[in-house]
Parts: sequence; structure tokens; C-alpha cells
Amino acid sequence: MVTEARRPPLPLLRNRPSFTTVGGLTLVALLIVWLIVNLVKTPSDFAEIFLIGLTTGCIYALVALGYTLVYGILQLINFAHGDVFMLGAMMSATVAASVFGLTSGQSGVVVWLAVFGTLIIAMAFCGTLNATIEFVAYRPLRNAPRLAPLITAIGVSFILQNVGLAWKGPNYIEVVDVLPKSQVFDIGGVTYTWNKLIVVLITVPVLILLVWLVERTRQGKAMRATAQDMDASAMMGINVNRTISFTFLIAGALAGAAGLLYALYVTNVRYDQGFQLGLIAFTAAVLGGVGNLPGAVLGAICIGLIQAFNEGLTWHAPGSDWTQSIVFAILILILVFRPEGLLGERTPEGG
Amino acid sequence: MAIRRRTGFLDPVRERVEVLERRVLGDDAGPVARRTFNRGLSAVIVGFLGMLILAPLYGFSVAAILAWLVFVVLYVPPWEVIPRVGRFVRPLLALSLAATYPFYALNMFTIPIFGAFPDVATGVKMLVFAMMAIGLNIVVGYAGLLDLGYVAFYAIGSYTVAWFASIQFAHQNIHFWPAGVPSSLPGIHISIWLLLALAGILTAIVGVIIGLPTLRLRGDYLAIVTLGFGEIMPQVARNGDDFFGTGFNLTNGPNGITPIDSPGFGSFTFLAGHGSFFTPDRLFFWTAILLVLFTVFCSLRLRDSRLGRAWIAIREDETAAAAMGVPLMRTKTWAYAAGAFFGGIAGGYYASFKSATFPGDFFFNISVLILCMVILGGMGNIWGVMVGALFLEYLDSEGLANTGAWLNSNLGLNIDVPKYEFGIFGLILVVVMLFRPQGLIPSARRKAEFEVGVHDEPLYNATHG
Repeated sequence: MVTEARRPPLPLLRNRPSFTTVGGLTLVALLIVWLIVNLVKTPSDFAEIFLIGLTTGCIYALVALGYTLVYGILQLINFAHGDVFMLGAMMSATVAASVFGLTSGQSGVVVWLAVFGTLIIAMAFCGTLNATIEFVAYRPLRNAPRLAPLITAIGVSFILQNVGLAWKGPNYIEVVDVLPKSQVFDIGGVTYTWNKLIVVLITVPVLILLVWLVERTRQGKAMRATAQDMDASAMMGINVNRTISFTFLIAGALAGAAGLLYALYVTNVRYDQGFQLGLIAFTAAVLGGVGNLPGAVLGAICIGLIQAFNEGLTWHAPGSDWTQSIVFAILILILVFRPEGLLGERTPEGG
Repeated sequence: MAIRRRTGFLDPVRERVEVLERRVLGDDAGPVARRTFNRGLSAVIVGFLGMLILAPLYGFSVAAILAWLVFVVLYVPPWEVIPRVGRFVRPLLALSLAATYPFYALNMFTIPIFGAFPDVATGVKMLVFAMMAIGLNIVVGYAGLLDLGYVAFYAIGSYTVAWFASIQFAHQNIHFWPAGVPSSLPGIHISIWLLLALAGILTAIVGVIIGLPTLRLRGDYLAIVTLGFGEIMPQVARNGDDFFGTGFNLTNGPNGITPIDSPGFGSFTFLAGHGSFFTPDRLFFWTAILLVLFTVFCSLRLRDSRLGRAWIAIREDETAAAAMGVPLMRTKTWAYAAGAFFGGIAGGYYASFKSATFPGDFFFNISVLILCMVILGGMGNIWGVMVGALFLEYLDSEGLANTGAWLNSNLGLNIDVPKYEFGIFGLILVVVMLFRPQGLIPSARRKAEFEVGVHDEPLYNATHG
């Protein structure tokens, strides 16, 4: 959803490479050099870490899409989104264990049916939750200064965290470990396990469904129109409020799917994980170009890879202590050097 | 944008009050008389309600009646009509009340639900946070830039004082007017008073450095970038004991830096105090009051300056302000620097008071807590922000525990209320934004912005808050 009016490029500034361009390119070059050296030194580790990064990237993509959908339509950073995701993960853990009675190490067709059922429940739960949040907390502020819904979003985020805290307590909760860890392939010591593949296998259809929904359906058209100009679409007979609610519903459902995948893949959840992961996913959305669906996916995979490389590689990698700092440094650098993101267009907001 | 008129549930009450007012004062009473009448009425109602609640619970309390009388003297008479000195009466009265607080803190009555009045050490914390909130108010309230990483400035201030007034850099041996530090003690020891200034300046510089690349961005992007800085800061502090395996210990990691020198003069330190009159808590408390006074003074003067008016112009309509010749970048950077300056001083002073600084003190929660103070009190209004800060920091350190204990014992519940502290603060943010976005004690101008909107109609008639 590329939404904002396009500005003509400024012809005067195009000729000479500016300081920011040079600086940005230097940073990218350094990053590539670092990756290549690592690849040459430990090729099989590199490939394995690449696959791990791809998997986490898929989960980030689902969350990042939620941010980007909501930002595209309301220009609101929905800080509560990460916490919706966290509640989705908790919901999945509860449903999988209590309703479907899954136990760790179980296998067979029952597991697949149960996982699918949990997916539907988690998506429905998070979608409803997100749409409710919009109705209660953001809709009354539609015409308020833009600071107001942003502050409300932070408040909602804290409330949801505390809901999680009250529900599951302050410690990590264990999630049933049902995804099989057997190998899909093993090429020269590089192994790929089923639990990683399943994350991708669930993510990709969801993404295709989303793109179809936004690009091909009537409701998707309404979403795009509302994102472009709310008043004009209202005049064209689009029910703006319903469209926004629908967008929040979809975003929440994506967060629910991500929550399920995260719960089953990582197998532990804590009440404050959503906010951190949400920020990382938002960074991904900004990296890809906020409001741009393919951009969000691309950005999320980049962030997932960078995180995995940082934590896994051995040659001059800062290590997991610094993951957050690196992600936020990327966020800041992106906003400084290329506010429109990798795939985005320049908007009045970002540039 | 349509003007939203709220019909509140208090409207019938308001109508009755107006009728009563006309009956007492006549139809052609001046605004001063009417205001005084209204304030007197509310003072009577507060007193009556207080008696109704307090007397059955705690019996007859002299201190409570005295407190009510003080409130009446402060609030009701139209002090501002006295020429020249009138406008100073209320602040001075409030100030003297605050300054003498350590003497009567222990003799105060118990507030229902909230419990006892805060002790003096909590008072220091409340004042420090008031200072930070007033600093953040410059950024959020005046310039309208949402800063979600204010805790970074607090952290930098704390660590500045910690580095230069402790044994952290033990291979150095630099002493410069420290108070009560034997010259044999290794490490850098500089007078806290100088360090407070240094902390402020250093933080302001960092504020500019953070600001310059990011202030080009509007609104919410700025919020997320400041949030990023706020998240990076504690991580740097936590991992700073061994930077990327170089072995350089900058921040002493999760153990934090402790002890930190105490402020003082010569061989006299605040930590030791002097006799039973100058106890450490009282000394820190009075100094904190001086610092808050300094912050309030600067903040008020800044607001009324050319720069302050430029901030408000940017807040109300950035494009229009730019068209009128307000230099956006420079003005915003100054807002950042000014806000950061006070955050740094407050952080430094707090570190010296606690005699320690830990990375765990600087999480995103604290940024939101300070933001919540500004929002609850009323963005843009110093007095509102101060009240918000004092109240919320009181809740944070004592009030919530007391309230929780009261709830549990009286309603038979078993909830660990302080555990849900930040959920409660989040709820405050949401409720304030939905029902009273201008805050409890709003500035008139900010209120108009929230009610009327800022983009379509110029606010030529809005009076200055």
C-alpha cells in the first residue's frame, strides 16, 4: 500500500553524491565485507545460520505486516501490536495444551489438525482483540492531534503486557514442543529441520492470502482507498470505520499466526517479549518501507538474517548481548539515510 | 474539523453553581469575584467531603484541619489582584510549605486509601522526577515532539556523575574539590556541584547529537527513533564492562557503579549530615527543591522567550511556522538540548543521592513513567506537570504499595498491586488521552488545541497558558 502523494525528484540535488549517500553506502559495503569474510571462514555455519535467520525473519514478517497495514491506513505506530502478538502466543500455548491436549514430543496427523485448529483460534482471538483495541482506544481520537493516539497506543501496550503478566505470571511459560526436529536435508553438514520448514510453510500461504486480499478483493480495494485518502473514500461511499476495523482485524490475525509460530518454534513465552519483538518487527517494517507490504516482508527477512548472523557468526560478531542495539541502530540509520525504506517511495512523513 | 462539544455528567452541577453564583453575587459581578466565589465553594466542598471521609475513618485530626486551612489560604483568595507582588504570593506560600515539609512530615494525618504522607527520602525522589518531567515537558509540551527515550538523558547524567565521582577509573587519581573524599582514594573525584553542570551540558550535547539526524523526521518517526536510543542506552550500560571483548570497563556492567561521592563542601558531606537538624535526607531534599526551582525558572523564562514562542508555533503547525521563518531544525534541536539538559542534571543528582547507578534503572518503563507525568499533569503547563510528577512518583515509590495493602485488607482481595504498576500507568495514559487529553491542569492554549484541533483554525484568540 504505497499511499502518499508522490513528490517530483529534486533535480538540483541528484548530481553530486551527498554525505549521507556516501556514508550509507560505506556502511552497507562494510556489512557485506564482514559477511563475505565470515562466509569464507566458516561456510557451513554460515549456511545454517542463514536458514535460522530466514525462519525468524518469517515470524517477524507476519508481525511487521501488521504494523505496516495499520500504519498505511492510519499513520499510527500501533505500539500495542507486539503485545497482541504476545497474547496470541500465550493463547496458542494454552489452547494447544489444554483444549487439544497436545503433549511435548507427540506426533502424527492429530498434531497437524490440532496445530491448524490452534492457528485458527489464535488468529480469531488476536484479530478480535486488535479490532476491539481500535474501537475503544483509537477511534475516539481519529481527529485529535497525532500525538494523542500514539500515546494511547503506548498505554494500551502496557495494559496488554500486564494482562499477560496477570494471566501467566512473571516467568517464562513452557509451550508444548510438537514440531518435529527431524531433518529435511543435510548437504555437506548443513542441516535443515522440519520445525524451521513448517514456519515457512505456514507463513507463505498466509502472505499469499494477504496479498490476494489487498490486491484483488473489494475489501482490499476499500483498504487501499482509505489509506490513500480517508475523506475522499468516505465520499465515494466506502465505510471508512468498517474498513479500518477490518484492517485491524487482519493485522491482529497476522499477529495471532505469528504468535502461534513463535510459541511452537521457540517453545517459551513471557509477558514482556511482545514489546521487544514488536519493536524489532517495526524496524523491519521501516526497513522495507512503511506502508509497503512486500517491503515489510523483505525488511523482516533482512532483520531476521542480521539478528541470526550477529548471534551466530564467530568472526567479529558483537553477539546476542548487542542484538537490540544493532536492530535499533539499523532503525536509526535507515531513518537517517533512507527514510523511505528499501522498497518504499518518498513520503512527506519520512523525508 | 468539527468542534466537539462534550456534554459531561457534571453539567447539571455546573448549572446549579451558576444559578447560585448569580444569586449570591448579583448579575454584574466581575470575573475576579466569580472566580473567588467558585474557588471558595470548591474549598468548602473539599473540606466537607474530607470531613465526611476522614472523620469516621480516623477520628478528629488537627493536622487535617490545618492542611485544609492552608489549602484555603493558598487557593481561594484572589492573590493575583494585588499589584506587583500578588502573583508571587501563591508560589512563595507553596514553596515555604515545601521547604518546611521535613519538619511536619511525620506529624501529618493519614490520607484515606493512599496511606501516610511520603517520607523525606521519597520526597527527594519525587522532586528529582518533577525536574525530569519539567525537562521532558519542554520537548513534549512546548515543542510537541514525542520523546520516548528520555530515560537516555537520565542515564547519561547518572553515569557522568558516577564516572567522575567514584573509584570507577581506579588507575586515575584526580581530585578536584570533592567533599569529604580522602586524597589517598584512587579514581576521579570532582565536586558534585561542578559535575551536575557538566552532566547537564554533556547531556545537552548528546541531545543535540541524537536530535540533529532525527529531527528532520516528523512526529511518530521521531518517537520511534528516540525510543531506539532509549533502548540502546541501558544495553550499552549493561554490556559496557567489556566492550566487544576489549576489556575496557566503562560502566561496570550489570553491577553498576557504586558508591558515588556525596555532595558537600570541604569536609562536610550530605551523606554524613550535621547533627539532628541537618540530616542527610533533609539536605538532599532542600537541594532538590533548589534544583526544581532552577528548572521551573528556566522553563518559564524559556517558554516566554522568542525560542519558546517558536516551539509553540512548530507544535501547532510546523509548515506554517516554517513559512513564517521559524528555523525548524535549530528550534527543535534547542528544545531537545534544553529538555536533555534538565534530564541530565536530575539524573546526576539522583545518582549522587542514591550513591549508585545501575543499568536496570534506565529501561523504557521509566521513559513512559515520565511521559505519563507530563500527560497526566497537562502538557505544556509547568504546574500541572509538577503535580503529575509528584503524584505519580509518590505512587511509584510508596502510594501503590499502600493502596494495594488497603484494597487487600478492606476488600478481602489478594492482589500484588505494585506488580501491575506499569499497567496502571498505561491505563492512566489511555484514560487521560480519551477523556481529558489536555491533562488535569491544562495550559489554556494546549486545551484549545485538543478541543478545536490545530490545523484548520488559527488560534489567534487563545490566551497564553
